[in-house]
Amino acid sequence: MTAFDDAVPARPRAPARRPAPRQAAPLPWLKPGVFIGALAPLASIALRASRDELGANPIAQVENELGLTALILLVASLACTPARRLLGWTWPTRVRRELGLFAFFYASLHVFTYLVPDQGLDWGVIVEDVTRRPFITVGFLAFVLLVPLAFTSTAASIRRLGYRRWNRLHQLAYLAAVLAVVHFIWRVKIDVSQPLIYASVLGALLLVRVAVWARQRSARREERRPGASGPATSR
Amino acid sequence: MRGPGKRAGVALWGAILGEGRGCAVRKLPSEPPSSEITPEPLYRRRELLKNGVLTAGTAVVVGSGLLSLVGAAPRDAPEEQPLVHAAVPTARGPYDTDEPPTSYQSVTTYNNFYEFGLDKGDPAKKAHTLQTRPWTVSVEGEVAQPRVIDVDTLLQWFTPEERVYRMRCVEAWSMVIPWLGFPLAELIKRLEPTGNAKFVELVTLLDPKQMPGQRSSALEWPYVEGLRMDEAMHPLTLLAVGLYGTVLPNQNGAPLRLVVPWKYGFKGVKSIVTIRFTETQPKTTWALAAPREYGFYANVNPSVNHPRWSQATERRIGELGRRPTLPFNGYAEEVESLYAGLDLRQNF
Repeated sequence: MTAFDDAVPARPRAPARRPAPRQAAPLPWLKPGVFIGALAPLASIALRASRDELGANPIAQVENELGLTALILLVASLACTPARRLLGWTWPTRVRRELGLFAFFYASLHVFTYLVPDQGLDWGVIVEDVTRRPFITVGFLAFVLLVPLAFTSTAASIRRLGYRRWNRLHQLAYLAAVLAVVHFIWRVKIDVSQPLIYASVLGALLLVRVAVWARQRSARREERRPGASGPATSR
Repeated sequence: MRGPGKRAGVALWGAILGEGRGCAVRKLPSEPPSSEITPEPLYRRRELLKNGVLTAGTAVVVGSGLLSLVGAAPRDAPEEQPLVHAAVPTARGPYDTDEPPTSYQSVTTYNNFYEFGLDKGDPAKKAHTLQTRPWTVSVEGEVAQPRVIDVDTLLQWFTPEERVYRMRCVEAWSMVIPWLGFPLAELIKRLEPTGNAKFVELVTLLDPKQMPGQRSSALEWPYVEGLRMDEAMHPLTLLAVGLYGTVLPNQNGAPLRLVVPWKYGFKGVKSIVTIRFTETQPKTTWALAAPREYGFYANVNPSVNHPRWSQATERRIGELGRRPTLPFNGYAEEVESLYAGLDLRQNF
């Protein structure tokens, strides 16, 4: 289970128990609420730009804020499944695709700000940056990894690819987040305390995944063993 | 074999129970009287209102959470910096640039002065804790007569003059700043260093009470910078006591700071309390913190690559586009001869 997969069709392990027909989609306020809230960083930038409140170096300010927003949303999207596994919360899964797509949206704006207002589309400098400055190389790579995930975030893509393949593909979200954190750490001049906070959150989320995966594997092995008694604990 | 059979069984039971649910298996709770049933339009309106409130609440929680994590809350806007004596730059000296000066607001709110925090807006907000009077400067090392000089004595000795210099930060941004100050050379001549003095080391105040940023271990405190003797004696090298015709704001390094316009901004050590003449090259703060990235010389050089920033171009604060960076920040004619025979790629 990875980012963006709230569009997964009902799987056999969880047959719909109560097909309540009168009831609208549960928590109808959740997605629109997250949608409006996720636009706040952009609205704040627009507001401060109109009031000339972005400081002495507005391009650098906007670039940094967009990048950080993208990273936060990406980490948030990756926290949804661990939240379900650990806390039993299912509502974060409903907004996972939305968070992932907003992360991509802000990452795109971040890259656009770097390419156009910051570097003025000076391709010589841009190519040198991407190839010779490690922090830009990893940041660029993180963005490139997000592109196929954003474009296969629809339910139609899941059907087309098949759930397993689609799921495998979307595990790239973790790699993208790791690269984004490295990009942040290498960018900072001296004090890495803030990027390290994101690194540790991401590390904890990865640990949950690894633990779940290891447990499932051992359970499956248990199941396959001849003479094993009792039902499998998971799946 | 077991699976399908079981599923069929469940379906069968479902069909049976589904028809007769409630009657046979469970007793239904008694229905409320019809007077207590909410009429449908009212129910719909309530639902709509409830969902609207919950949507707004979610938006506020998500939005404010993001804004506070990103640090984009509107309170971060810098305060207006009042310029007390607006002095129009007067007669241009031989070293002044005729480029338009960066706004006073930007010069005094966009500062790297880690003694007051790592954000460039921090110094303007927090440097009011610095007490710039009384202030003394200790003269030490290879000098005829070590002594402690009051900063006001320095101001009696030398009449500050205006110098409009370009300032290039290693982070690839730049400003034009009308400084007030006097050449470091004049002070050095007066202090009479000995023949052993090959370098001059300048040190910032160390006092975490006045400079709360020194409580963090971001850098090794106090901040130390240094120059070779001939660099220090160069007529461009300035000890600044003011800018824009007025006294130096705390966030810009009051009461006394170094300005070396052909070097990256971090050479400009602020709030100086010690001037030490040495025989060996001083161990300077940034060169100690990241020796691969920052050297002792730190001459502005577009052809020496920095691992983080291309030094080929810079953004002048107040402008949106980038402009090419000039060797020695455009002061090559004046200072190039200082480095004849020195490999500037090695000695970056």
